[in-house]
Amino acid sequence: MIHSTAAEMATKLAAGEISSVELTQQHLDRISVVDGQVHAFLYVDTEGALSQAAAVDAKRVAGEKLSPLAGVPLALKDVLTQKGIPTTCGSKILEGWRPPYDSTIVSKLKSAGIVILGKTNMDEFAMGSSTENSAYGPSHNPWDLTRIPGGSGGGSAASLAAFEAPLAMGTDTGGSIRQPAAVTGTVGVKPTYGGVSRYGLVAFSSSLDQAGPCARTVLDAALLHEAIAGYDPRDSTSINAPVPAVVAAAKKLDVKGMKIGIVKELSGDGYQAGVRSRFDEAIEELVNAGAEIVEVSCPNFEYALAAYYLIAPSEASSNLARFDSMRYGIRVGDDGVRGAEEVMKMTREVGFGKEVKRRIILGTYALSSGYYDAYYGSAQKVRTLITQDFAAAFSKADVLVSPTCPTTAFKIGEKSDDPLAMYLNDIATIPVNMAGIGGMSLPVGLAPEDGLPVGFQIMSPAMKDDLMYQVGGTLEAALLRKWGSPILSNAPALGAN
Amino acid sequence: MALNYDQAIAAYDPTLGLEVHVELNTNSKMFCGCATEFGAEPNTQTCPVCLGLPGSLPAVNGKAIESSILIGLALNCSIAPFSRFARKNYFYPDMPKNFQTSQFDEPICVNGYLDVEIETDEGTKVFRIDIERVHMEEDTGKSLHVGGSTGRIHGAEYSLLDYNRAGIPLVEIVTKIIPNTGKYAPLVARAYVTELRDILRSLGVSDVKMEQGSLRCDANVSLAPAGSGQLGTRSETKNVNSLRSVERAVSGEIERQANRLQNGERIVQETRHFLEESGQTRPGRSKEQAEDYRYFPEPDLVPVAPDAAWIEELRATLPEKPSIRRKRLKIEWAVPDKEMASMVNAELLDTVEETVLLGSDPTKARSWWLGEISRLANEKEVAPTSLITPIQVAEVIALIASGELTDKLARQVVEGVINGEGTPQQVIDARGLKVVSDDSALMVAIEAAIASQPETAERIRGGNIPAAGALIGAVMKATGGQADAAKVRELLLKHLGQG
Ligand SMILES: [Zn+2]
Repeated sequence: MIHSTAAEMATKLAAGEISSVELTQQHLDRISVVDGQVHAFLYVDTEGALSQAAAVDAKRVAGEKLSPLAGVPLALKDVLTQKGIPTTCGSKILEGWRPPYDSTIVSKLKSAGIVILGKTNMDEFAMGSSTENSAYGPSHNPWDLTRIPGGSGGGSAASLAAFEAPLAMGTDTGGSIRQPAAVTGTVGVKPTYGGVSRYGLVAFSSSLDQAGPCARTVLDAALLHEAIAGYDPRDSTSINAPVPAVVAAAKKLDVKGMKIGIVKELSGDGYQAGVRSRFDEAIEELVNAGAEIVEVSCPNFEYALAAYYLIAPSEASSNLARFDSMRYGIRVGDDGVRGAEEVMKMTREVGFGKEVKRRIILGTYALSSGYYDAYYGSAQKVRTLITQDFAAAFSKADVLVSPTCPTTAFKIGEKSDDPLAMYLNDIATIPVNMAGIGGMSLPVGLAPEDGLPVGFQIMSPAMKDDLMYQVGGTLEAALLRKWGSPILSNAPALGAN
Repeated sequence: MALNYDQAIAAYDPTLGLEVHVELNTNSKMFCGCATEFGAEPNTQTCPVCLGLPGSLPAVNGKAIESSILIGLALNCSIAPFSRFARKNYFYPDMPKNFQTSQFDEPICVNGYLDVEIETDEGTKVFRIDIERVHMEEDTGKSLHVGGSTGRIHGAEYSLLDYNRAGIPLVEIVTKIIPNTGKYAPLVARAYVTELRDILRSLGVSDVKMEQGSLRCDANVSLAPAGSGQLGTRSETKNVNSLRSVERAVSGEIERQANRLQNGERIVQETRHFLEESGQTRPGRSKEQAEDYRYFPEPDLVPVAPDAAWIEELRATLPEKPSIRRKRLKIEWAVPDKEMASMVNAELLDTVEETVLLGSDPTKARSWWLGEISRLANEKEVAPTSLITPIQVAEVIALIASGELTDKLARQVVEGVINGEGTPQQVIDARGLKVVSDDSALMVAIEAAIASQPETAERIRGGNIPAAGALIGAVMKATGGQADAAKVRELLLKHLGQG
């Protein structure tokens, strides 16, 4: 039953119609058939997954009260630590490292009985929009294997679109959950910053990173969201407040009287025609469902990309300093003669990829004395302005919407030599991270010109994540009525040859 | 010809700046729950956070914030309603994250002062030391470089790293520049660190053990031509680890710099290391190619914003200032200056006060703690307070006062308590240490002594009173020292017709 939704799987598991071991095995089988083509996984924990599944089955037989998603499998982005399981962040420098501790998310997944199938591929240290920056080779888009599945969390999104897993974990610093969701026809949510603990999420940019759920439906994402969210004293930036009721919101299927704001600056020029037409049709569906559409302007968004590429690399240059071969990961050049500093240099030279080095250098420069105010300082001011733009927009609308990305999935290799073109992919997703608010991407159809999925972004105010689920759930239901079958039923079959 | 200290001071005005690092004595580290015990097996007090493992995050220790605020309040600082941690980025193997989490431009306490008194040619004089800031940071791990001749990283065969110290909370207290101390600069520096140490001890926020490194001082010294009112280039002498060394480091730097300037050489802005044996400093890292630490606000920590009401609560708990307390006790106990100083230096002021509060005579309490007990503690190389409690000492003093013990017996009781034989009363019972005050028992001993030394007895009968000493001695010997010597004398003289 790998083509079902996670909610349906949970219902069947609860009814005893299938065991978690059986369900897990079906997914492991699917992985062994298609992952040679998709390369969504960096590590598959067959034994661990089956024993976790068996433990959930035993509890169910014993009549224990279980969480809603108990026994449902999940694919974990390789940036989250899981005790004893290799965690590479897509980097060579961490090859062979097995963390001695669980991230808070993994602890929560385990206690919810969610079965972890393995670790998914990603751009190195989450820097990228295509998984082409993974040290272990790119993942492929199940819609067209010659195309990218987005990034950095391309592995997680591809695993969902290829039916290798019904749920996946992602992390989103500038769009790494939402953009892969958009280009693979899946759902991805970046919760409010601080809504989900970052403890055990290997940091790229601490003030922007946020883990969130990836799924094939809005309700599945909501179920996973509630399983992983909540205050964590080990993450001092996590918010000590109740988790928004996102599952209830996803089930509301009603937007009557809601005000939906279209962000003027996130549409028009630079957006592929098919992306624009599908976006406009989705807006019509929302109007038909009773929502009121308003246009809002966020003039400072035009500086978002530039500011992001100062803040994120600055924080990364410091966060990635710890990868020095002294305590974990690979070590290069330690011949007993060279000093520690030289061994550090040689290890970092070999261990980090091109894009990571580019950003470390950029960030180191931006933080240097004499440049700090002009670069890092100005970028922080832009951040404040973007937050103010959102505040003004949310005074006119309950949620804001835009296309998730300017284009559908591009070809592997197409932009890998042009970092700026690659960075432009995240133009619509980055403002959400800069302001720390919530953002969701869900599929709204296929672009007529290339037959590839188009993503629709919904943005909600901080700690009002329920609003984007409410709008997303309603839109998804309307589109499903119109289409008659889920968007992924249009994707080509995999593993045939 | 080289200038000596007096000549150096005649030609140049010194300006000081002092940075004191204090290890807080919190039970857990600054950003994780690891224990902070001194001297544990290497790398046994570590976790993903203080090892800087990928994915780990810091969480601020509230107790460390409280201690920092107490220090700020005791130093008359303003407590910032909003302060932040920053990252100080540089690579070093004993720093797990390759950045130190420290407060930078937004410290928790600012603008305070501390008054210190020193003896000058014109009598006691108060110097006000302005405090610029008090800020929090985490300590680094420790490197042990093995195989080289210098113990430094260069030339070592290999290095061992111990991360037990990584993440221990540190507070750094930085003065503003201290001008106009003239020839008293070394004394002012010493008095400041001493007073600061006493304040920190009275607050109970640190062990303040300079020899273990829980209090470390960096001394900045610069010279300018006498009367010029200028500010010269400074050197920074690191990790001076005793009060005496603070004084020596400052005077040594004044002499060294004066001689350079006199010879037309310039002072290099640099870090210097104090050499305990010679009292000199040797050059360390030059600061002229200033390292760029790329400070930026620590994004993993929310700002520290202590509640104003909480700060006032803490202010209300501040103990009496050590300098004021010393003055008060000196008068109350009628202690000479020198004795007061030895009590403070031996860190026994609290203990003596506690003993006095239990009813003991201040002079007696002082002499027991500083005398017999300190002597035994020195022998065992432990702190006096680890051997015996003020309650036990007060009990012994009370027994002497009531005549139930002689001084000599009391020493045996104290020794018994220290040997773990129980409370003073238990030791007295077990060892049978009772003053022999029964006259008839004493008379038997006295008669025996007279019988053994008839000529001496005759001389006493003849009026040679000092001769009684020999007989008293014999009686004391016979009774194993348990007799009250005064009583023996009285009975003896009476018996021989001299009473
Ligand atoms: Zn720790």
